[in-house]
Amino acid sequence: MDNKEYLKEERNEPWREELRKSMKNKDRVAIPRVKMPELDATYRSRSYDEVNLGLSLEQAVQEAKRCLDCPDPSCMSGCPVGVNIPKFVKNIERNEILEAAKALKETSALPAVCGRVCPQEKQCESQCIHLKMKSESVAIGHLERFAADYEREKGSISVPQLAASNGIKIAVAGSGPAGLSFAGDMAKYGYDVTVFEALHEIGGVLKYGIPEFRLPNSIVDVEINILQKMGVKFITNCIVGKTISYEDLHEQGFKGIFVATGAGLPNFMNIPGENLSGVLSSNEYLTRINLMGANREDTETPVFFGKKVAIIGGGNTAMDSVRTARRLGADKAMIVYRRSEEEMPARLEEVKHAKEEGIIFLTLHNPIEYIGDEKGRIKQMVLQKMELGEPDASGRRRPVEIPGAIETLDVDLVIVAIGVSPNPLIPSTFSGLNVSKWGTIIVNQDSLQTDLSDVYAGGDIVRGGATVILAMGDGRKAAAAMHKK
Amino acid sequence: MHAYKTPLSKSMNKIIKKKILSENVIKFEVEAPLIAKSRKPGHFVIVKVGKFGERIPLTIADSDIQNGTITLIIQQIGKSSRKICALNEGDYITDLVGPLGKATHIENFGTVVCACGGVGTAPMYPIAQAMKQAGNKVIVVLAARTGDLIIMEKEMRSFADEVIIMTDDGSYGQKGLVTFGVEQVINREKVDLCVTIGPAIMMKFVSLLAKKYEVPTVASLNTIMVDGTGMCGACRVTVGGKTRFVCIDGPEFDAHQVNFDEMLMRLNAYKDYE
Repeated sequence: MDNKEYLKEERNEPWREELRKSMKNKDRVAIPRVKMPELDATYRSRSYDEVNLGLSLEQAVQEAKRCLDCPDPSCMSGCPVGVNIPKFVKNIERNEILEAAKALKETSALPAVCGRVCPQEKQCESQCIHLKMKSESVAIGHLERFAADYEREKGSISVPQLAASNGIKIAVAGSGPAGLSFAGDMAKYGYDVTVFEALHEIGGVLKYGIPEFRLPNSIVDVEINILQKMGVKFITNCIVGKTISYEDLHEQGFKGIFVATGAGLPNFMNIPGENLSGVLSSNEYLTRINLMGANREDTETPVFFGKKVAIIGGGNTAMDSVRTARRLGADKAMIVYRRSEEEMPARLEEVKHAKEEGIIFLTLHNPIEYIGDEKGRIKQMVLQKMELGEPDASGRRRPVEIPGAIETLDVDLVIVAIGVSPNPLIPSTFSGLNVSKWGTIIVNQDSLQTDLSDVYAGGDIVRGGATVILAMGDGRKAAAAMHKK
Repeated sequence: MHAYKTPLSKSMNKIIKKKILSENVIKFEVEAPLIAKSRKPGHFVIVKVGKFGERIPLTIADSDIQNGTITLIIQQIGKSSRKICALNEGDYITDLVGPLGKATHIENFGTVVCACGGVGTAPMYPIAQAMKQAGNKVIVVLAARTGDLIIMEKEMRSFADEVIIMTDDGSYGQKGLVTFGVEQVINREKVDLCVTIGPAIMMKFVSLLAKKYEVPTVASLNTIMVDGTGMCGACRVTVGGKTRFVCIDGPEFDAHQVNFDEMLMRLNAYKDYE
């Protein structure tokens, strides 16, 4: 059965028809969009508690009523993993929340994660029919999180149905979103899946990158536990290409390998003073805190507690870093971004939350030099002021230097969050694997197969720095293609 | 965290043998069959002890493929290294990952001087051995503060063409710094390559001396790291004016190009925080 037919059949189920008839579309559109309850900004700017509190059952059901259950749901075209959005939303409307959670898991291995970190305003919600009627889109992300959280809190987590085991061994390199999503789908198809992780914890960027106040590690663990219940094996502290080679994997009987090692290499600007101590990558800063717990008393990993902290960049990682610095006691926590706020790649919600928490936004500023003290510790940064010029290749207006407009600012910690490059570890150890000039693995766009016929790749190692959900989409795509083969 | 551990990883990282080599220097043989099989001279591992321990890089001194063990030699200097050294035979190292870094470039250069200080002798051992096997004349200069701190002399003597011992206090071998021993050799015969491993300050001076005589020099750097796979950039150093990552571009670099002063400052970055 193809997808369209399946959707139609689902939509024609009696309970869906009944729900549609129960309320006029005009009345559905008239309901205002729900507001996500959140922690008080002053309190949370000093706490690691999760900022978004989640919808109540009443709020969720009310919000679900806003969905018109369109015959051709355009929202789904905006979802990289193709979640059956109307099906799960309508299940919430009829108060069958556990059914809603099951519907999510038909296609997504990590609904509680996606409901928290997806840029919905650029994906599913950007395609919502409400927008065409000058109304706000249905809060699909909030509803997704609600259904996944409800299922977990009720302690009745469903394990997806698996095909009969086919005994074929499949290896996954990397346990981030792409690897987990791939592992989930392959387990459903009946494969014997082993995920190898270089770090001592499973979850990749979900653990080391995204902070607790946005995505608690315990939420990630619950989703990983489901994969374990589905028979997926995890091996930590094992680097594919180093600890265990491509040849070793063959020797151990693995028939297919999915490379999802992420964009592990932080970029720097190569400006004077960037190697002073107290200038670090967002990867280092966030890993010390999120993975190693450096902010807590009971751990041994140290971290700098800056009072005047500048974060370079305008993406989600920059927002995560600056809000972390604020929580670690920064009086002045600043975003330094060379373009204007309009061009910022961060999720709207992160920018909003950051502002509420007292983050200072120095847009149209670009660092050109860092100045240290006699011990080599950062003490000042030199900023070049910018203005917007003509649009560049990305379609965003290019930032141009204003001649002579330079200022010096006192800082005691600088976090560089200007993006990441692909990790060269696997490409350099799998002979026959080809990479682009940016170091990303070259794959067939449809199947995600690499130049080695049994190796597929996806996520940031192919994209070079994207989002959780796009990585998950790659995982699904590669699993489908490998299964077909 | 332990919920994820599979039988495969659980059976690993057991300490098979512990030996005290000198004041504050401990030798461990650790069960790690995959690393024992795949490691080459120059590689290192990352070790973490306890759920909330710190991840620290350690060099690999030796391995035994048959028994599936690797040898780690550790000097107790900070909190984390003391915690590792407090472990005993039968204990497990919570997390151990590797081999990391690029392997040493081994070829027949001619005459190679291996200048090592303190526990830098441990990672030098497999490198010097490989250099010898490649046909080089290998002269090892072992240096330490005092005679009791000289380690692995017997092992080095088992294959090296010559072993020169230097101690700061003259309690064993000749009195003087490692550079004194290296200079003796350079003044006496043609040296084609110098390899140096030890404290950053020692490598800096070995490199300066070798440069004076135009002897190509390789230094193996031991910087602060978190993940050890290129992810964090804590280990970055300036080599030839460019930023490089010790964990994936190194740990060995052309010593004449390394900015040791910057490296020394970066090594002290977290001193006030520990």
